[in-house]
Amino acid sequence: MPVFASLICGFIFGLGLVISGMTQPTKVLGFLDIFAAPSGGWDPSLAVVMAAGLAVTSIGYALVRRRAPLFDTQSRWPAATPIDRPLVTGAVLFGIGWGLVGLCPGPAIVNLATLSPGVIVFVVAMAVGMLAHDLWQSRRTTTARDLAGAPVADG
Amino acid sequence: MANFTPISAAIGGALIGLSVVLLMLFNGRIAGISGIFGGLISPQTSDRGWLLAFVVGLIAAPSAAALAGFTVPTPQMPGSFVTTAVGGLLVGLGTKLGSGCTSGHGICGLARLSPRSIAATGIFMVTAVVVVALMRHVIEG
Repeated sequence: MPVFASLICGFIFGLGLVISGMTQPTKVLGFLDIFAAPSGGWDPSLAVVMAAGLAVTSIGYALVRRRAPLFDTQSRWPAATPIDRPLVTGAVLFGIGWGLVGLCPGPAIVNLATLSPGVIVFVVAMAVGMLAHDLWQSRRTTTARDLAGAPVADG
Repeated sequence: MANFTPISAAIGGALIGLSVVLLMLFNGRIAGISGIFGGLISPQTSDRGWLLAFVVGLIAAPSAAALAGFTVPTPQMPGSFVTTAVGGLLVGLGTKLGSGCTSGHGICGLARLSPRSIAATGIFMVTAVVVVALMRHVIEG
């Protein structure tokens, strides 16, 4: 049941990305290109997507905050850890990659359905980057991270 | 403003928000795609079932949308395969190092008013804007 529930969630998420137009890199870049505003070329759509997503999530999260999940034993809310250098560096690197292509993980994976060669290149490279980080991390001394199991994403 | 599609953007965004809330309600998990995909491909992951199911759901969505009469565009890459590969690499590295992406930090984290996510989202947004400005208005004229 948790597997099927997750499938539904992924499906709705993917639908949201497609309907909002966020699977099209040029639409995302149209938002990030704020310097196109003077010539009338700026597209605020992404801001609306995030605002709507945030509104629903804020309300929804507040409603489900205290309860246990329906199909699992416990809710994994990220722990409040300080803003550290990996966070900042990671955000910069992600921002560069996102700005270069106009794709982030969600839209990239959804776009695999189009079998676009560029998307496949992107997703493979993204996987390589992720695994490279994992390899690099495992070679360092173990830090006090969430031991409840992967994935470690604090959201 | 060009190509501004507020209605579909709002509907799509609301659906994204709904899926995020449902994943927490159903599975007790944060819907951070970088974490989900990263977890799926990581050899150390133990419970791969829900991760794979979520990714399958993501990939199935365009087909369903197309069946419902929605035009699913072919994604246009702004640069060469090299640029795309470099971008992908940086997104992979960056989201792992920074523990999140636009969904994990930008939606889930901001909704929780997480200081880490507020910082991360601000940083990757500004960085991306700078990169696009350079690519579109400086380097390419």
